[in-house]
Amino acid sequence: MKAKVFVTLKPSVLDPQGKAIHHSAEHLGFQQITDIRQGKYFEIALDESVNETEARAAAEKIAADVLANPVIEDYRVEIVP
Amino acid sequence: MSAFRDMKFGVIVFPGSNCDHDAYHVISKHVGQPVDFIWHKETDLSAYYAVIIPGGVSYGDYLRAGALARFSPVMKAVKEFAASGKFVFGICNGFQILCEAGLLPGALIRNAGLHFISKHVTIRTENEYTPYTNELKEGSVLSIPIAHAEGNYTCDDATFQALEENNQIVFRYCDETGEVTDDSNPNGARSNIAGICNLDRNVLGMMPHPERACEELLGSNDGRNIFRSLTASIAAAAN
Repeated sequence: MKAKVFVTLKPSVLDPQGKAIHHSAEHLGFQQITDIRQGKYFEIALDESVNETEARAAAEKIAADVLANPVIEDYRVEIVP
Repeated sequence: MSAFRDMKFGVIVFPGSNCDHDAYHVISKHVGQPVDFIWHKETDLSAYYAVIIPGGVSYGDYLRAGALARFSPVMKAVKEFAASGKFVFGICNGFQILCEAGLLPGALIRNAGLHFISKHVTIRTENEYTPYTNELKEGSVLSIPIAHAEGNYTCDDATFQALEENNQIVFRYCDETGEVTDDSNPNGARSNIAGICNLDRNVLGMMPHPERACEELLGSNDGRNIFRSLTASIAAAAN
C-alpha cells in the first residue's frame, strides 16, 4: 500500500521560487504560461497489514502533522493499493 | 550587566544548530549568568529560568526550516516550560522552530527576493512592555545583523489582526531614522515584522541575531538591551 501526498502552498502565499522557475521556463520559449507554483510530493510506503482506510487515515495524519504546515500549505492524499 | 543571584540559562542544541556558541558566550560573558548547552534529547528543563533556541540549520532545514526540530524530545519540555510562564527566546532558526511548534503564530517563508541576506539591519521597537524590551522605549532603533533565506514572516489576516490588537509585534524592520518603510524590509515580511511574542509575552521569536550585536567589535552592541531586559525580567519574576 502506498500513499501519495501532494503539498501545495496556499494561493495567498508568495512563491518567489515558482516565479523564478516561471521566468526560466519562459526562456525556453513558452510564452503562454501564466503562472508556475512549486509544491512538494511525498510517497509513504505502508506494509501489507494496512488496509486502504487505515492507509488513508495514517497518511492524512502524517500530512497534517508533519508534511504540511497548515499556516501556509494545503495537502491532498492519494492511496495506491 | 550586573549579576543578580544565579539564574541559569539554557541554550538548546539541535543537530545543525550553529549559533548556540554565540548565545552561550553572550549569556556567560555579557549577561554574566550560568548557562548550559541543552542537547535536543533532554526532557528536564527544571534547572533553568530561560531557554534560548538558537539560530542555525537544525535538521538541515529539511522539509521546512524548523519543521523537524519541533519533534525533538526537548520541545515537549519547552512547551511545558513556556506554559508555566518561563522565558523562551527563539532567534532566527529558533523563531522558525517556535512557529512550527505552534508556540508562536504564523510562519517564516522564503525571502521574497530569494537571496540569503547577511547584513546589519535596523529594527524598531514596537512594544516596550515585554520582558525582552522593557529597558527600551517604543521607537528605539537597534542595529542588529540578519543572516537568513527564510525570514519572510507571513500569517493570515485574522492572525495579523490579533497580533496588532494584542500588541504582539515587538520589532519591525525600519530605516536608520526609525521609519518603517518598504525599502528597509529585507525579506518581504508582512508589515515589516522582525519579531513577535506570544499573548503572555514570555515567548519571543525574532529573525535578527541580537547575540551577534553585543560587542562593538562586531559592528553593534545594541543587542545588549534585549539581554539586559530579559535578565531584569527573570530577576523580577524570581523574586
